[in-house]
Amino acid sequence: MSILTYISGWPLLAALLLIFVPSNFRVIIRLVALVATFISMALAICMFWHFKAGQTGFQFEQQIPWVTSLGISYHVGVDGINVGLILMGAIVGFAAACCSWEIERREKEFYILLLLMTGGILGAFASLDLFFFYFLHELALVPTFIMIGVWGRGERKNYATFQITLYLSIGALLALVGLIALYLQCGANTFDLPAIIKYVHDDNHPLAVKAQHFIFPLLLFGFGILVSLWPFHSWAPLGYGVAPAPTAMLHAGVLKKFGLYGLIRIALPLLPEAAQCYVQVIAWLAIGNIIYVGFVAMRQRDLNLLIGNSSVAHMGFIFLGIASLNLIGITGAVLIMVAHGFLAALTFALSGYIYKHAGTLEISELGGLCRKLPFIGTALLMAAMAGCGLPGFANFVGEATVFFGAWSRPALQTATVFAVWGALVIGAVYMTRAIRNVLHGPLPQKFNQLADANNVWRKLPYALLLASLFLFGCFPKLLTDKIQPDVKPIVSMATQARASVMPVALNTTSAISN
Amino acid sequence: MNASLMSLEISVLALGMLVLLADLIMPPERRKFLGYAAIAALTTLLIASFSGYGSCSLAGTAFNGMFVNDALSLFFKRFFIIAAILVLFIAIEFAERLAVGISEYYSLVIFALAGMLFAASANNFAMLFVAIELITITFYVLVSFQRNRLASLEAGVKYLILGALSSSFMIYGIALIWGTTGKLNFNELAAVAPQYTGEKIFLLGILLVVVGLGFKIAAFPFQIWAPDVYQGAPTPTTAFLAVGSKAAGFVLLLRVLFVALPVVAAHWVNLLIVISAITILYGNLCAIPQRNIKRLMGYSSIAHAGYLLLGVAAIAGNVHDATAGGAAILYYLAGYLFTVMASFTVIALVVKTSQTEDISVLAGLHQRSPLLAATLTIAMVSLAGIPPLAGFFGKFLLLKSVIALGVVNQGYYCLVFTALAGVVISLYYYFGVVRAIYFSKDAADLSPIAISGSARLCIWLSLAGIFWLGIFPDTILNLASEAAKVLSS
Repeated sequence: MSILTYISGWPLLAALLLIFVPSNFRVIIRLVALVATFISMALAICMFWHFKAGQTGFQFEQQIPWVTSLGISYHVGVDGINVGLILMGAIVGFAAACCSWEIERREKEFYILLLLMTGGILGAFASLDLFFFYFLHELALVPTFIMIGVWGRGERKNYATFQITLYLSIGALLALVGLIALYLQCGANTFDLPAIIKYVHDDNHPLAVKAQHFIFPLLLFGFGILVSLWPFHSWAPLGYGVAPAPTAMLHAGVLKKFGLYGLIRIALPLLPEAAQCYVQVIAWLAIGNIIYVGFVAMRQRDLNLLIGNSSVAHMGFIFLGIASLNLIGITGAVLIMVAHGFLAALTFALSGYIYKHAGTLEISELGGLCRKLPFIGTALLMAAMAGCGLPGFANFVGEATVFFGAWSRPALQTATVFAVWGALVIGAVYMTRAIRNVLHGPLPQKFNQLADANNVWRKLPYALLLASLFLFGCFPKLLTDKIQPDVKPIVSMATQARASVMPVALNTTSAISN
Repeated sequence: MNASLMSLEISVLALGMLVLLADLIMPPERRKFLGYAAIAALTTLLIASFSGYGSCSLAGTAFNGMFVNDALSLFFKRFFIIAAILVLFIAIEFAERLAVGISEYYSLVIFALAGMLFAASANNFAMLFVAIELITITFYVLVSFQRNRLASLEAGVKYLILGALSSSFMIYGIALIWGTTGKLNFNELAAVAPQYTGEKIFLLGILLVVVGLGFKIAAFPFQIWAPDVYQGAPTPTTAFLAVGSKAAGFVLLLRVLFVALPVVAAHWVNLLIVISAITILYGNLCAIPQRNIKRLMGYSSIAHAGYLLLGVAAIAGNVHDATAGGAAILYYLAGYLFTVMASFTVIALVVKTSQTEDISVLAGLHQRSPLLAATLTIAMVSLAGIPPLAGFFGKFLLLKSVIALGVVNQGYYCLVFTALAGVVISLYYYFGVVRAIYFSKDAADLSPIAISGSARLCIWLSLAGIFWLGIFPDTILNLASEAAKVLSS
C-alpha cells in the first residue's frame, strides 16, 4: 500500500467510524477527528520529506484495477506538482479539525462531513486516474454544501447555500463532460492519466484540433467556476462569508485548488493547441480577478466578505501563471497554490475566531482588537501582510515568480503590468485599511471581555499555518526544487508544435483565407 | 417447441396460484406467513438462475421464436425477481393497511412478475402485447387495492383509463405493422424492415407501438398519469410500478427498437433526443414544488425515465454497437431498483403512523429512527447522482455513452447539457427531502418508529445493493455489457 492511500484513507476511515459513535460522546468524536487528521498530516510530512526531488516520474505509486472494461483503476502517485498540494491539504485538514471547536450543535454530523471533505480532496490530489480524480473531488464537494446550509451563519445562509450549490455543481458537471469527452476522443480507452499522456505524446496520437477546441473550454470554464474565475466568482465571497470557519478553510484553502491542478495536470499537456489559443483569454480573465474583484474587496464592510474577495483576487495570479505557459510562470502558479492554501485557511480561521468571540465581523463595529487579542491580532496582521505579498511569506515568492514568467511572454506584458499594479496597490489598500480598522484605534466598550487564544491547543492551528507560510517563504527551494523538474515536461508538451498537427491547422487557415 | 425454456415462468405462475389456494386453508392471522413463503420460493428461483440450473441458463427460442432466452432476458429476469422479492417485503410490512385480501395481493404481485418475465423474453409483437396486458391488468387491481381509500380508487380509475388507451394505441400499431409487412416476429421483421422504411403506414404503426411503451415508462408526452397514480396507489404497488413496470417497458422498447427495427430507430435519433431532453426537464422541474413525498417520487421517476432514454438515444445513434448505451441503461436500472425500494420502504414505515404523506412528516426522523433517516438520505443522494453510490456511476455511464456520439450529431451535446441541467435541478428537491429529515425544526411527533423484521431486511438488502453497485461496479457492468450485446445489429 502506498503512503498516499493512508494519507487520504485515515480521514475517510475515521468518518466511517464516527457513524457508529453515539452523538453524545462529544469528546470521543472530536478526538477521533483530530487523531485521524493528525496521522494524515504526519504521513504527509513524512511523504514530503522522503520525496526525491529531480527524479522523473511518479513516486509512491499504487495501482489497483477497478473497472477493467472501462480502464478505470485506483492509481495514486505524486510528483513535484502535487507533493506540495497534498502536504498543504493535510496540514490545513488538521488545522480545520482543530478549529472546529467553534461548532456546538450536531457535532457528529459536522465532523463526519469534515473528514469526508479532507479525505476526499487529498485523494483527488493524489489520484492519477481521471475518474477517481473527479469522483473523490465530488465526494469532498457535496459536504461543503451541506455544511454551509446547516452550520452557516447570518441571514443570507439559504441564499448563499443555493448559489454555491448551483455554481459548483454546474462547474463540476461541465468538467465531468470535458473529462469524459477527453477519454473518448483520445482513444486510449483508459482513464489512467500517465497512460493517456504516454499514448498521446510518446506514441504520437495527438487529439484532433477540433476536439481540443471543444474540450478545452469545457475544462477551462468547468474548472474555472470551481476556482472562482472571473466572472463566475460571485459564489465565493458570499459562500465563504456564510460558511463555518473550518469549511471555509478547507474549501478556500484546499478544494479550490483542485480546478487549477486539473488545468495544469490534464488540460495543458493533453490539449496544447487549444491551450495556446486560450492563453490570452485566461490572462484577461485573470486580470478581471485581480483588478475587478480587488476593487470589490475595497468596498466591503464585512471582514469575511473582504477576505473572501481577496482570496478570489489571488486566484488571478495563479491563472496568470498558467497563461504564461512557461517553466517560471507555471512553477510560480504551483507555488501560489500551496502558499494561498495556507494563507486562506489562516485568515478564515482567524476571522472565525473573531466572529465567535466578538459576535460580528462588521468592520465598522470592530476596532482596537490587538489590545485584547494580541496573539490573534498579530496573526491576522501577518496574514494580511502575506496577502499583500510581503517578502518572507510564501505568497511573495509565488507572485514574483508568476510576474517574471508572465513578463517573459511578450503577449502578456500588458496584462502583467495590470496584475502587478493590482497586487501591489489594490491589495495593499484594502488589506491595510482593514487592519487599521479592525486591530487598531479605539476599542469599543463591549469588547472589554474578549479572551485571546491563550493555551497551546487553541494557538496550535494558527501557529502551524503561520509557520508553514514562513517556512516556504524563507526556503522556497524546498518546493521549487521539487516542482520545476516536473513542470518542465508539462511545459514542453503544452508548447510544442507537432509536425503531425501543423499541416491540418495550415490547411484550415488556407481554406478560410480562400 | 421447447417448453423447458419457460420453466421459470411456469414456476412463477404456479407459485402465484399456490398462494391463492393456500389462502383458502390458511387461518387469517397466519396469512402474513404466505408472503415469507413466496419470498423463499422466489429466492430459490433467483439462486437457481445464478447456479446454472433451471431455464435461465438455457439460451434459445421457443414457440416459433416468440419466446427468447438470451443474456438480455436473463439480466432482466434476475432484475424482476429481485424487485418482486423486495416488493413482497414491503407488502408484508404493509399487510395491516391492506386489511382484507393480503394473500390476493401477494399473488397479484407474483402474476405481475410473471408478466414481466414474459416481457423480458418477448420476441414477437403478440407476445409483447400479452406480456404488457398481464402486467397492466394486474396493476389495475394492485393500484386500487385499498378499497376504502378514495385516493387509491381514484388512482386505479386513472390508471385504468390511460392504460386502456395506451393498450389500444399499441394494438392498433401492431395491427398496422402486421398489415404492411405480414410479420410479427422481431427477427423476421428486422430482415424485411429495410424495404418498408418509406411506407407511412408502417412507420405510423411503429410510432403507435412506441407511444404505448412510452406510457409504460412514463416518458413525455405520456407521463401525465404517473404522479397521480404514484400518489394514490398503496406504497408497495408504487414501488413495483416505479421499478418493475418501468423496466419492463424499457426491455420491450429496447427489443422493438434495436432487435426488430434498428433501421427505423437509426432514423429516429432526433426524435429520441428530443423526447429524452423534454422528459428530463419536465420531471425535474415539476418535482420542485411538490409537497407530497410519493408524488415527488412520481415526478422523479419521470426524470429518471428521461435519463434512461439518454441510453436509448445513444444506441439509436450507433445501432451496430449497443454495448455502451445498453450497458448504461441496464446498470442504471439496477441502481434505480435498490434506491427506489429503499426509499419506498422508508416512506411506507413513516407514513404508517401519520395519516398525511406531506414531506413535513419526515421532520425529526433522525431522532425517531436513525436507520430510516440514514436510508432515505442515502437513497436521495444516490438518486441525485453523487459518489460513491449507485446513481453516480449509472449517470456517468449514460453521459459517457451520449458524449461518445457528440462528434456524429451535435444534438447529443445539447442532450448532454440538458441532462446536466436536470441533474443540477434535481439536487434542489432531493436535498429538500434530506433537509426535511435532519433540519426542520417543527417536528410534531417524535415517537420512535417500530421497524418490523421484513422492512429491516428489505432496507439492509437495498442499502447493500446501493453501495455494492457504487463501489464495486465491475461485476454488474460486465453482466450488463454481455446483455447489451444482444441489441447490437
